[in-house]
Amino acid sequence: MTITAKIDLTGHNPLEALQQFFADILKTENITSILVPQRLPPKNTVMPTLVTDASLLEGVDPLAPAFPMNASRIAARLTRKPMGGKMAAVLRPCEIRAFIELIKLKQARKEDVLLISVDCLGAFQNKEYLKFAGQNGKEATLRFYKNVMNGNVAEAEGLEFAPACKACEYPVSENADIQIGLYGLQTGESILVKAQTEAGDRILNQMKLPETNETQERRTVIDGIISKHTGYRDSMFTETREATNSLEKMSAYFASCVNCYNCRVACPVCYCKECVFVTDVFNHDPSQYLQWAKRKGIIKMPTDTLFYHLTRLAHMSTACVGCGQCSNACPNEIPVMELFRTIAHATQQAFDYQAGKSIEQEPPLSTFREDEFQEVVGITN
Amino acid sequence: MENFEPTIIAFVCNWCTYTAADLAGTSRLFYPKNIRLIRVMCTGMVDPQYIIKAFLEGADSVLISGCHPGDCHYINGNYKARRRIKLLKEILPQFGFDPQRLRLTWIGASDGIQFAEIMRDLTLQMKALGPSQTKLKMVI
Repeated sequence: MTITAKIDLTGHNPLEALQQFFADILKTENITSILVPQRLPPKNTVMPTLVTDASLLEGVDPLAPAFPMNASRIAARLTRKPMGGKMAAVLRPCEIRAFIELIKLKQARKEDVLLISVDCLGAFQNKEYLKFAGQNGKEATLRFYKNVMNGNVAEAEGLEFAPACKACEYPVSENADIQIGLYGLQTGESILVKAQTEAGDRILNQMKLPETNETQERRTVIDGIISKHTGYRDSMFTETREATNSLEKMSAYFASCVNCYNCRVACPVCYCKECVFVTDVFNHDPSQYLQWAKRKGIIKMPTDTLFYHLTRLAHMSTACVGCGQCSNACPNEIPVMELFRTIAHATQQAFDYQAGKSIEQEPPLSTFREDEFQEVVGITN
Repeated sequence: MENFEPTIIAFVCNWCTYTAADLAGTSRLFYPKNIRLIRVMCTGMVDPQYIIKAFLEGADSVLISGCHPGDCHYINGNYKARRRIKLLKEILPQFGFDPQRLRLTWIGASDGIQFAEIMRDLTLQMKALGPSQTKLKMVI
């Protein structure tokens, strides 16, 4: 875990440099494919692509403020069984954290994948990105990159980052095999390439890039971003707790939920093949609804919305990585991420667990000890 | 409030607490009718959603009761249950549920007397605490 190298940007923009770097990765031994986000014509949608031909990477764009899905699900789909070759996967830090959760939940395998992450610049909400990208997505991305480096995206673009990105404490992945650094470097001069595992080291060894050192300045810039985001996160927690601290307020919070389950589909760690909420268990008899209505005089339709969200909180909050795709997917703009992150923070703390932190840390609900949590037993406490 | 009769849903395991309830019955021990027993094979099968559903349907209290640590018929189901209760005790109070409404106890097969005692105590506690917020709302 030693190699820290750089890619000089002389005469290139960072997207071209990344495209070249990924093409070189594809040419190294063992790596037969690369999963990487690319801009797709004509609408500039940025989606994950699985590429085997190094000449088909011209749309590579991991810097675009677009986050249409958490690609850890795609990575899991591609790695759950041996695919017949090693794949490099370019993922955002939150996607890598979700991928680590999926490995621990036996939905993905680490063996055949090389994880590459680029310093995350953040993303807009889905609808905003398409407006922002307009006709020339590449130019928009490069402008966005400069604005992020100068720290003035909101003023320059008139757009706000997605709340999940504003509250994110992990703009740089700790678990990628290779981390590509952008923060704290001279904009336009070079980008950093750092091996963080032995697997990453082996690849960078083959690539023979000029070596460099990670500067203190880079660390300072990253720490500054983290502390700003943590501040936003903490006030978001306070506001959300205040907005949901009774069942009545919770009902209001989720009042416009239509049981579309988009948040569950978009959630990278909600992995059940068949969710109980789409089974016949919830296909109640008409008489059941009448019975409920008679008991209370009035019931809100559709039913089972709060039940669904509370159950999902119990089932997956210990694995929540806070990527915000639930909010992105909601058709009625319910701040789902805000609540799930608030609760997830508490549940993960209760089990001294951090989702996506490491493969070694056992998921709280997959393990137990004989002598623990005595405080929840009995009727006197 | 004097006439308030709480509804207490108790998920009890087949091998220990249900057997204790049976023993309490055959020993003609009194315990309040507020307790609704639901027999499950093991507390380890009580998914958090059952507990959430019971609360949303208007239960004033939910009790999970199984074998003492080390006595689980399935070796470790009660340890799994304990983690889930720990989890729910983090989640539910956030939404205004008094954590006292969710209880976990270990009552062994021969503890008929203790079973009746805990049921009486729990009922008294819930009477003192008053009705759960779910009773009053149009929440399903």
